[in-house]
Amino acid sequence: MRLLPVGENSLLVELDTAQEAQSWYVELLRSRREGSLSAVQDIVPGDRTVLLYGVSGPPSALAALRAELGHWSPPGIVADSGPLVEIPVRYDGADLGEVARIWGVTPQEVARVHSGVEHRVAFCGFAPGFAYMTGLGEEHHTPRHAAPRTSVPAGSVALAGPYTGIYPRSSPGGWQLIGATSVNLWDLEREPPALLTPGTRVRFLPCGSPASRPAGTEGRQGRGERGQP
Amino acid sequence: MREGELRVVRAGALTTVQDLGRPGHAALGVPRSGALDQPAHRLANRLVGNPPGAATLETTLTGVCVRTSRAAVFAVTGAPAAVRAEGRPAAWASAVHLPAGGTLEVGAPTSGLRSYVAVGGGVTPQPVLGSRSRDLLSGLGPPPLADGDTLPVGAPCGPPLHTDLAWCQAPPSELVLPVLLGPREDWFTSEALRTLASAGFSVSSRSNRIALRTEGPPLERAVRRELPSEAMVVGAVQVPTDGRPVVFLADCPTTGGYPVIGVVPESGLAAAAQAVPGTAVRFVPTSRHRARLLSSRSQRGACYPR
Repeated sequence: MRLLPVGENSLLVELDTAQEAQSWYVELLRSRREGSLSAVQDIVPGDRTVLLYGVSGPPSALAALRAELGHWSPPGIVADSGPLVEIPVRYDGADLGEVARIWGVTPQEVARVHSGVEHRVAFCGFAPGFAYMTGLGEEHHTPRHAAPRTSVPAGSVALAGPYTGIYPRSSPGGWQLIGATSVNLWDLEREPPALLTPGTRVRFLPCGSPASRPAGTEGRQGRGERGQP
Repeated sequence: MREGELRVVRAGALTTVQDLGRPGHAALGVPRSGALDQPAHRLANRLVGNPPGAATLETTLTGVCVRTSRAAVFAVTGAPAAVRAEGRPAAWASAVHLPAGGTLEVGAPTSGLRSYVAVGGGVTPQPVLGSRSRDLLSGLGPPPLADGDTLPVGAPCGPPLHTDLAWCQAPPSELVLPVLLGPREDWFTSEALRTLASAGFSVSSRSNRIALRTEGPPLERAVRRELPSEAMVVGAVQVPTDGRPVVFLADCPTTGGYPVIGVVPESGLAAAAQAVPGTAVRFVPTSRHRARLLSSRSQRGACYPR
């Protein structure tokens, strides 16, 4: 674990693995609920990191927090902890065929593998309600498109690297589209508005039969910013 | 006094409603947003008797013109611009009283980029997650103003500030940005760190509320592997693959996959909000101790500290 200062009053906790980062996030949230991190404005997970954003008070408050975190060793995440959300998916995305080719399996098998494992929201970003979900094994990690599409429909279920993501609204995107859902991921009438918050467990339920399609190449544009879905 | 409304006579190139933003939702992917030039936003509110969190109008490059349904007090701050009330020249950075049906015209800035228009009571469109700020990255908050729009205005909160002169710093002719190195300065060569501290950069025309982009010599990375996505902060100086540093502003994404070489303290960002494309930029690596001194000095400043 490394503690890296960020700006005047934030601290980045860096871990060796994504699993450790998720354990730290859970533990930091628990600690805040119990009132011991009240000086921290926001706790923001990343892939291997958790940011403690905006520690109020004098510089000594930040130093004290650093010293305290140095003694932490959060327990690992219990596999079935965290709220569970089930998301119905039609596995008929424009890139299902291409993903099947990359994995060396049939499109039906992509749907079976993807819906057969439990996913977990590691962190959010890119857009309100966009969750980066882990759960697929290393053999099923998927490169993103070299050139993103100019428009990906809202509700698209997509893969990139180790992650599954669902586009909350229509936007440009470079992830491989394997299916679609009609679930509303961002609803301001809901508290919190995001359906998928960090730490949420997710199961994808196949609905309809997966159609096999050739890899889509339509609607792509020049190089997009890496790191964006 | 009952609530009123503003009618947008001329929206200008980009005028948005802004307040102090919606911090605290970054874990859901929600940017902080809020007025880019916070001292100017706060001063405008103070001049009309509003609390700092009341929403103002943030104009960009070409000003704005509004008509008020009831007698109201206005103030224009930020980038200096010609102000006309009822067609007659009126003071900038001062309380301006308008009768019912009166118009306030804010011209293009004579220098700088963004002027702020406060009205007594503040504009009060429906808040989203506790803020009325328009977030241009995510599309949260009230849409940018269009000609003919109407905006509700709250009941006046307090008496306007009586002042002959509010002290304001002029928009920068050269943008000097203090930088606290890290968290990823070790991802760059020592040559890149020297370049950051010594080279001349300039503000790119691709800058917006999301980021101030720069042109200048590229910063070379020592670590070439991909950075796993991590949380970003407002003020982060991120270096994408082209090597040109990008300074994240209020509407920046909450996570990113490029290394952050350093962070500009909040007190340095108001000047960034007013730097027009082509403005010279210098980054000055600063100690945390010195940054704290600069911040506390700016908090003590009279009305429009930087």
